[in-house]
This record gives sequence, structure tokens and C-alpha cells, in this order.
Amino acid sequence: MSNLEDINVGIIRFPGTNCDRDIEYAVNLTGASSKYIYWNQKDLSDMDVVVIPGGFSYGDYLRAGSIASITPIISAIESFAAENKPVLGICNGAQILGEIDLVPGVFIENDNAKFICQSQILEVKTTRTPFTKLYEKNQLVDIPIAHKEGRYYTDNLEELYDNDQVVLTFKGENPNGSLDNITGVCNLEGNVVAMMPHPERALEDLVGSSDGLNFFKGYL
Amino acid sequence: MNYAIEVKISLKKGMLNPEASTIEKSLGLLNYHVTDTQTIDIIKFNLDAESEDEAQREVDEMCQKLLCNPVIHDYEIIISGE
Repeated sequence: MSNLEDINVGIIRFPGTNCDRDIEYAVNLTGASSKYIYWNQKDLSDMDVVVIPGGFSYGDYLRAGSIASITPIISAIESFAAENKPVLGICNGAQILGEIDLVPGVFIENDNAKFICQSQILEVKTTRTPFTKLYEKNQLVDIPIAHKEGRYYTDNLEELYDNDQVVLTFKGENPNGSLDNITGVCNLEGNVVAMMPHPERALEDLVGSSDGLNFFKGYL
Repeated sequence: MNYAIEVKISLKKGMLNPEASTIEKSLGLLNYHVTDTQTIDIIKFNLDAESEDEAQREVDEMCQKLLCNPVIHDYEIIISGE
């Protein structure tokens, strides 16, 4: 393995992103290097991994993630993803990846119209992605959710299963009405993952769970 | 020619609309019993275009690129002259 600090993780910042520093903390814990990349930048050539953090980019105007999806950095992320490099979108980042069609489907308003912030038991459904490869298939993990627009919907569910694109599901009661309990999906190749739960909020036992740490170690 | 544009964006038929069902339930609390409640977003603006067809084409493009998400939305474009 090359030196960990030689691995550069680009953390994308839009106006309204608010989980960026938690992602930086997570990356630091693994020993890799991180760098903030802003919405109006166009170059990701020095990056090995890209993470789009949660938050409320552009105030969630129009739809969550919709305005971020037309900013200059997006074309760079699309080219980066096309080179089969790892891209992770968490919460608002997942909504953005849905908006730009890098992953199938969308994340829309929770069925009970409430903001839900709670611990959640999830099931890892595929380990073929760079972010889930340190987990076991069907492993249960404890990672919190915090969102109002997290209900997963797609008009082509069958294709998701046929292509092994379901990454995470809710175990037990479905908190937000997501189709088939799905709360994490990936693209066909598996290098782009969109997930609503926040692995960066489950890094150390001190905060109740460290089950999220392996999301940031898988690509190392 | 300057056209007044109105874009009406609604969730596709049959899709769960939590905002609408919350409104419907709340009206029930006030003893108004209504059914089939929907919410529709309206975006209005003025646009210079060569013709009404040209305006229609351009606004349709805006809907595809930004204003709507084709996975979940239907939209209607209403154009009126000056």
C-alpha cells in the first residue's frame, strides 16, 4: 500500500454545505489527506476520491440538490466518476447525485413530512463498492440518519436489483417511506455511491457507534 | 417579443405528496373534509423570444435541465403575449 497521506480526498463545498468538517475529521482519522474543493472549481485531477457532504446546498431551493447540480464542479465530478474513481454522496450529496443521474432514482420528502434525526440500523446489501468493501454482505450497522428529504424513489426498481445497485437498506421499521427500505444506491460500475445515512457521525464509540468508519477506509 | 411565462410543476399522478396530505389532514381538524388535495409549484417569469414556439422550446429546455425532475414531476407551460 502506498503512503496513506498520499491519498487525496476532495471534499466538495457548496454554499449551504454543513457536514464538510465532519468528513474532514473522518478522513483525518484514517490517515488520508483531504482538501476542500469549491462549487466553482473545475479541477479534480489531484484527487483520488471525492466526497459530497450533507447540508442544505442553496437552501434546498427548488428541490434538494437541484441548484448544486448545475454548478461548474459537477462536470468535473462527472468526468471523475467516468474514470471509475470513487465518489461518495452523503445526505444532500446523495440528493445531488440523484439529480445529476450519476445514480438511479431520487430522494424526496419523507412520507410523514417530518425531519427525522435518529440512530438507525442498516443492512449492507453489496460490498462491491469502494466504500462498503470492508463490510460483510448483509452486515448490520448502526449509522444515524438526519433528513427531511430522504425517501428513496425510482421508477425502475427491478433494474437496481438485477445490477446489484442497492447498497444500504433500513433494517426493521422503514422511517421515511423509502421504496423497499432502500437508503443507499450505486451506479452500474459501483464506484459512485449515494447514501442518506451519515457515516461521518458514527466514527467513534464515544458518540455511540463507530460503524461508519469503514466507509472512509474501504477506498484506501 | 416579450412573453409572460408560467410553469406549473406537480408530482406525477399517484405519487405520495406528504405536504398535500398534511394540508388535507389539517383542514380536517378545522372540520373541512376535502379529498384529492394536491400542491402545485408555479414559477413565473418574462422571456424575450422570436416567437411563441421559440419561447415554448426554451422553457421546455429549462424544465428538463433545472426546474423539474422528470423522474417525479409533470409540468405545464403557459405562455401569454405582452
